[in-house]
Amino acid sequence: MNPPHTLQSYTEMRVLRTTNIRAKPADMRLSLVCGSLHGPLHAARDQVARRGTSATELTTAYLRQLHSAETQLQCFLAVDDEYALRQAALIDSRLAQGEDVGPLAGVPIAVKDNLCTQGLQTTAGSRGLHGFVPTYDATAVARLRAAGAVVLGKTNMDEFGMGSSCENSGYQPTFNPWDTKHVPGGSSGGSAAAVAAKQCIAALGSDTGGSIRQPASFCGVVGVKPTYGRVSRNGLVAYASSLDCVGPIAQSVADAAAVLTVIAGSDLADATCSQKPVEDYTAGLLPLDNLSSKPLAFKRLALIQEACGEGVDAGKSGLRHIVVAGVTAALAGAVRHLQELGAEVEQASDRPATYYVIALSEASSNLSRYDGVRFGQRGAADELKNMYASSRHSGLGSEVQVARRILMGTYALSAGYYDAYYKRAQQVRTLVRREMNMALGRFDALLCPAAPTTAYRVGEKSCDPLSMYKGDLMTVNLNLAGLPAVCLPCGFSGQAAGNALPVGMQLIGRAFGEADLLKLAHIYEQTSGVVTILPSVFIESASAKHD
Amino acid sequence: MTYYSMGMQVVRCCSRAGVPGPCTRQWAVQLRSLAATGACRRASSGTCTAALRNVAAAASAAGVATDGASISSSSSSTSTQPAAKVDYEAVIGIETHVQLSTKTKAFCSCASEFGAEPNSNICPVCLGHPGTLPVLNADVVRKGVLAGLALDATICLSSKFDRKQYFYPDLPKGYQISQYDVPLCEGGWVEVVVPDSGAGTSVRRIGITRAHLEEDAGKLVHGGAASLSGSDYSLVDFNRAGVPLLEIVSEPDLRTGAEAAAYGAEMRRIMRFLGVSDGNMAEGSMRCDVNISVRPRGRAAFGTKVEIKNMNSFNAMQRAIEFEIVRQVDALEGGREGEVVQETRLWDEGRQCTYSMRKKEGLADYRYFPEPDLPELTLTEAYVQELRASMPELPRQLRERLLGLGLSQYDVLVLSDDAEVAAYFDAVLAAGAPAKPAANWVMGDVMAHCKEVRLGWEQLAARMAPAALAEMISLIEDGTISGKIGKDVLPALLAGEGGAGGGSVRALVEARGLVQISDPAALAAIVDGVLAANSKQLQAYREGKTKLQGFFVGAVMKESKGRANPKELNRILMQRLAAPPS
Ligand SMILES: [Zn+2]
Repeated sequence: MNPPHTLQSYTEMRVLRTTNIRAKPADMRLSLVCGSLHGPLHAARDQVARRGTSATELTTAYLRQLHSAETQLQCFLAVDDEYALRQAALIDSRLAQGEDVGPLAGVPIAVKDNLCTQGLQTTAGSRGLHGFVPTYDATAVARLRAAGAVVLGKTNMDEFGMGSSCENSGYQPTFNPWDTKHVPGGSSGGSAAAVAAKQCIAALGSDTGGSIRQPASFCGVVGVKPTYGRVSRNGLVAYASSLDCVGPIAQSVADAAAVLTVIAGSDLADATCSQKPVEDYTAGLLPLDNLSSKPLAFKRLALIQEACGEGVDAGKSGLRHIVVAGVTAALAGAVRHLQELGAEVEQASDRPATYYVIALSEASSNLSRYDGVRFGQRGAADELKNMYASSRHSGLGSEVQVARRILMGTYALSAGYYDAYYKRAQQVRTLVRREMNMALGRFDALLCPAAPTTAYRVGEKSCDPLSMYKGDLMTVNLNLAGLPAVCLPCGFSGQAAGNALPVGMQLIGRAFGEADLLKLAHIYEQTSGVVTILPSVFIESASAKHD
Repeated sequence: MTYYSMGMQVVRCCSRAGVPGPCTRQWAVQLRSLAATGACRRASSGTCTAALRNVAAAASAAGVATDGASISSSSSSTSTQPAAKVDYEAVIGIETHVQLSTKTKAFCSCASEFGAEPNSNICPVCLGHPGTLPVLNADVVRKGVLAGLALDATICLSSKFDRKQYFYPDLPKGYQISQYDVPLCEGGWVEVVVPDSGAGTSVRRIGITRAHLEEDAGKLVHGGAASLSGSDYSLVDFNRAGVPLLEIVSEPDLRTGAEAAAYGAEMRRIMRFLGVSDGNMAEGSMRCDVNISVRPRGRAAFGTKVEIKNMNSFNAMQRAIEFEIVRQVDALEGGREGEVVQETRLWDEGRQCTYSMRKKEGLADYRYFPEPDLPELTLTEAYVQELRASMPELPRQLRERLLGLGLSQYDVLVLSDDAEVAAYFDAVLAAGAPAKPAANWVMGDVMAHCKEVRLGWEQLAARMAPAALAEMISLIEDGTISGKIGKDVLPALLAGEGGAGGGSVRALVEARGLVQISDPAALAAIVDGVLAANSKQLQAYREGKTKLQGFFVGAVMKESKGRANPKELNRILMQRLAAPPS
């Protein structure tokens, strides 16, 4: 029996880990909070609750940071300072009256632009929805507000979620705070970059085929893709209804868990939302100094071998050759660390996805409503058919990604092709789900990179849709199976220019096993020490602020 | 940021000048085909010429087509040639859209009422706003299952919803939520009573293929003109968007317009008896699309199928079918097979003809796929059994029961046509009235009154309690008053003066001095008085002018103010006329 490790030994282990992965950056700050959960959300919440700071002060500070970083990053499509400050003032006055404002009292949060916000423009990154102001809040947004959170604004995204780099936004690209010559990933790139740059404490994203996890990986933040049906889709502008999930992006596992606890749960407005009761996902997360020496003892994990395994029958799925060495190395380091924490790590296999047939078929149908008749932009025309063509061309055709995907989806559902494409894809989907669930019967979690590369350069892949589709291969099967996953930083990969970019590890858990999964991620995060490096954008403005 | 508008939604549509053709309505619906297929084609409008030629023929053929399945081409020909040798029969199937009378729409909580201010019953869900999701209304399922059980269909314990996709401004999401390959109800039949050319009826069983749930679309209103072609903009009213429908598809078992009309009427009756729909065709809560082809009798293969829409009564449906049978037979006989093509035709009520709306070149591709926003619809056997146990009496069962009471076929059909009439009639029986006189009163003066003053039968019951009518009938039966007096008293009962029966009607007739005079002595006194006052006529009678009997009856009635018991009066009068008093 091993004696419990002290905090000191964890710190050593952490340094060891990061040293293995890359040289420790000079400006790395360790901000682990002993005795309470780690993350700015918990810190802010505690401060507000103790009246150490006010919601207004917090909101003002984050708005200042938001605007200062925004010129370089372009994370937001809409920010309403006045509205945010009014919300904050309201919370302060309620706190002053001794009211229990909720678990996210005063926490400044950003919302991906495909989640409806009452009174605040919601475009899903599309010109076609320019000017659309929802009359209602998405359920996830309404629950955040009810929990006391302050919504700062709407974050940029690839149009309707179709893209993996935020370069396919109908409005603007967003840049990666780690290196603004690189993309933040997508489609929730605006949310991930905003969290990384500390423009907000946490953000909502959505994940149809990796849209939370891949940008979280690219931006070095924590992203949670919950089980399908764990969070209501009501108010989420649909991309592929049977795959879409709303989830949190935050700076720590504990912060993400706190947000997920608030937004999860059954909803009468979404018939596909689960009735299962929601746990407090932060309840099982222990502060660092409460952890035992082998906190992952008896945990069985599996590394998806195509992602980065050794001695593997390469080429079977075509995955392995697209994973770059830096990512493989970071993952290998993470695996060693998990083993040191007591986990057994084996290897498992995955099969290629049929994701796109299903996603694009549903998308072609979901996007039919953007016809210019009831909302959004209407094209000028002299008769009906031309009105449709003009509205849809100018609104949806602005990004070739969208037009291409609608065409592909329409084709897959057409008479004569349905059986070969959509129906076949659904059959394969059933197999994928069965196999992943079987694997999760044997293992507590599966792990693989959230993306085969680190954040690529702006423009590098925008002309090569196929390579971008390939990039999704790490994440899409999970959506087909409806399973939950956490993506969290597991190291860095050095670039030629000398700037290190974060690598994200994806931990895949059992359906509705978010609590266990977050516990695992939290233990890894608390002991690995790779979470605390700040992107340059933040450091500049933050130091300016503290001068 | 002001594009969001919950008011009347404006869509600019076709305003091409010089649209030819007498039947402008086709333009409105033609837009659907343009948008759905993406093809820019103009439907032919020339077919009305051919149709017109047949209007007169249709009228003459109607009789033939009504009383049997046989349509010989000679009946529709204007030539004087003898009957052609080929005997044709029509093959008809009907798709009925029944609007389920739920309080709220199928997938949102908007009110599902008819005739509200345009776009007053709408919300982000039924407008298809981004991010909205459908949530199935449990009452839609309940009413759908009840209807399925009434049609003796198999209720699928596990069915699903699909998206039927096409573009049209009245379809908010760009797809309609419907059920494609796994409907709620499969198989079934309905019993149809078809009046034949004489006074008789025949009973047929029409197969039901399936019945499935779906949502309705909105309604286009064309500005500046009655139809889209003359207007330069169109408005969309989304009140109807998302209203629940049950689409019932019949087997191609029908052969004549009369059968089709009887099928439609029975279908409406069933829905009304169940309380699942008001079946009001004029308000669009029941709509029938007819598929019809003709073939030489005895041939198994179907002819080319034509779809007819836009009939707003069963009568119109019958006439449209009869017109179409004649048109098709005429074309085939005349060697113009090319005039019968797979197409959708609309019934023009004003001109009494069908005209081509759009040709169908292959099936439209609606790209059906399972609706991912709705989980499978799973029902338990217990749920279905519970609904089965709660089923009210159906029209067919009611007809059997009434026939069992000894009523005539005609009486049964009239009384069972409407659940409210039947309920009132049953209440009169329950209060003790015998069936036949009760039927006569309900179907006669009472029904006439309801029609005249547009009174519903439930309102009627509130004024004239069924027990009051029953008491009046018993007063007639026991001779307290005559049938004639009954008719005189009825207005008072209809005004509520009969109370709840059980003695109050007797009190009323007594108070008004209307009780029949049956006492022989009293009657004899009146008769004697009349005879004495009319001795000339009495003389004439006794000399052989026996026709004067009526005169004496009338005189006695007048003298008794109509209260003389006719039977007793006759007996005494005949006695006195035959033998002078000693
Ligand atoms: Zn509604």
